[in-house]
Amino acid sequence: MTGLRARDREGVFEHWVDPAPFDPDEVDSAITAKQQRFYTASPWRLVWWRFRRHRLAVVSLVVLVFLYVSTLVTEFLAPYGPNTRHPQYINAPPQRIHLFHEGRLVGPFVYGYSYRLDRVTLRREYAPDPSKVQPLRFFCRGEPYRLLGIFPGDIHLICAGEQGTLFLLGTDRLGRDLLSRILHGARVSLTVGLLGISVSFVLGITLGGISGYYGGWVDNVIQRLIEVIRSFPTIPLWLSLSAAMPVTWDPLWVYFGITIILGLIDWTGLARAVRSKVLALREEEFAQAARLMGARPGRIIGRHLVPSFMSHLIASATLSIPGMILGETALSFLGLGVRAPMVSWGVLLNDAQNVNVVALYPWLLTPVVPVVMVVLAFNFLGDGLRDAADPYSGR
Amino acid sequence: MLRYVAHRLLVMVPTLLAISVITFVIIQLPPGDFLSAQIAEMQAQGETLQQEKIEHLRQLYGLDQPLWIQYLSWLWGLLRGDLGWSFEYDRPVSEVIGDRIFLTLVVSCATVLFTWVIAFPIAVYSATHQYSWGDHGLTFLGFIGLATPNFVLALVLLYFANVWFGTSIGGLVDPQYLDQPMSFAKFLSVLEHLWIPVVIIGTSGTAAMIRRLRANLLDELQKPYVVTARAKGCPPGRTLIKYPLRMALNPFIADIGNLLPEFISGSALVSVVLSLPTTGPVLVRALQTQDMYLAGSFLMLEALLVVLGVLVSDILLAWLDPRIRFGGGQAR
Repeated sequence: MTGLRARDREGVFEHWVDPAPFDPDEVDSAITAKQQRFYTASPWRLVWWRFRRHRLAVVSLVVLVFLYVSTLVTEFLAPYGPNTRHPQYINAPPQRIHLFHEGRLVGPFVYGYSYRLDRVTLRREYAPDPSKVQPLRFFCRGEPYRLLGIFPGDIHLICAGEQGTLFLLGTDRLGRDLLSRILHGARVSLTVGLLGISVSFVLGITLGGISGYYGGWVDNVIQRLIEVIRSFPTIPLWLSLSAAMPVTWDPLWVYFGITIILGLIDWTGLARAVRSKVLALREEEFAQAARLMGARPGRIIGRHLVPSFMSHLIASATLSIPGMILGETALSFLGLGVRAPMVSWGVLLNDAQNVNVVALYPWLLTPVVPVVMVVLAFNFLGDGLRDAADPYSGR
Repeated sequence: MLRYVAHRLLVMVPTLLAISVITFVIIQLPPGDFLSAQIAEMQAQGETLQQEKIEHLRQLYGLDQPLWIQYLSWLWGLLRGDLGWSFEYDRPVSEVIGDRIFLTLVVSCATVLFTWVIAFPIAVYSATHQYSWGDHGLTFLGFIGLATPNFVLALVLLYFANVWFGTSIGGLVDPQYLDQPMSFAKFLSVLEHLWIPVVIIGTSGTAAMIRRLRANLLDELQKPYVVTARAKGCPPGRTLIKYPLRMALNPFIADIGNLLPEFISGSALVSVVLSLPTTGPVLVRALQTQDMYLAGSFLMLEALLVVLGVLVSDILLAWLDPRIRFGGGQAR
């Protein structure tokens, strides 16, 4: 009805109506493009935007991505193989990288060792020998390897000089380069957490979802089970389970066994979180709508309920990865975890079990540094994710 | 209140039964039994065993019976305080365990106390001085405490004690008291040695406790009743102690249930490094030699300790906090 016709009929009560055609989008278009972007962004994008504000978490994410990517090319990064022995250099101290030799620029180089056997203590003593200047080589041909066990190659990022040695973090009791071993150990130590968390994720979502969705006696049984598992102190339980693995198993199987053990015990916390969320959400309209349309419980849980709190789950999963990494380290430290010839940071620390060894060869403790770093990074990342997990809350 | 305690005690029974089943399964998990390992070892040493003797041993240990009968007899033994036979030590398990389980309890309780004493002032400071330098510094220290494996901390401490004082700090008593019965002098000596493992085991728990209490206190401090109290002219210290602090105190009690398993498992590792006479080293040794009855008993007793700890913390919480008592729900 236009303004003209209204006046025609009533005559006296003139009442103005805008003659322009009505545009329902008019109000919305008043907001800026930036706001528009914000209002139409997907939940995950919102999570990402909020996550970005947490500087420490972003830095941690970058560090972790870098570390995980580096495990793909470990053989290239490490100067030596993980089990290459150098019988002439047993427990040799770290070599320092120098740039200047007697005031002259040589570029990065290390001094070779001078070796002496202490006649009294029978200790091998190595000291830097200033007469042996060994310039480092980069992108050089060295020990042949198979990248990821598949692609053959022999190019290394960094190698010792001709006929020289390069032990930037020293060597262990069998003369193996510690830096190379730490780099190779990262593969096991970093993936143990990821694989373990996937096991616990699957178990936690399934059992927690069932427990929350069905309630009743199913819920009761699962809750009691969780309580029972939580009553065991974790490390003794881990120890017992990994001790139960047959000695005859292949190291690779042992490794998978350990990840499964770590996951089998860790899922309880996640399951509790899932249960409480499912309990709250299953009465919501969207869940009821799905039920009325005949969706099966599995689909309702997996397709409708879980995605609505996935971000929370990812945050809490991230926070439980460090526990798994520390768990693997502890197991291997006690000799009940990953077995040789596999290398993990815990296996390396196993060499440092005796305080006398630590006092004599303190560099054997360096594998702690990456452990602490990774655990811290996962903690910060998890904190950032937790803050960002609910993008619709205030702040 | 009495009804609540009775209910909790009743719930404990099936929990403990389930724990015993899991423990027994773990005992049975390694392939073969202890006897076959023993026989193989004896044969390797050149001793020939008659079939009859093997059969006799099998019967003695009940290894020829079906699993569930073995379980029932093991459980029945547990109830009578007979924990089985340690093959490694060739003595009853209860003798081997002796006061090790008691010392584990002492170390764990001392660690809980330590955690309270350290975490409380730091958390209150951190919460009342949020985002100050002190807060950031303490938070960072806490993170380091969380991230460093306990056994490494033990090693580093041992190392520095070695370098600076030239002493070894292993063990839990002075050597001269080692085989003596408990006396006051021995008790003092234990106290002297106790602090090192307590500090080491307590770090990660303390860090976690600080973070939780800080978060709780921060939540409380933003509530309207605090504003009201302030508006009425209540001095800051009094405002803090009178209301929010009490509200934020729940995790202190509730966390006993969380902390106890953590401390017991932490002490397992640290004890190996520090060679403490707690359950840890024996458990590890038993697992390495697959002396499964010994290992199983440790697991069972430690789980029992945890269940009791949770019970105590739940009862304390219910006593402290009427919301839990009348809500009828679980703590936390």
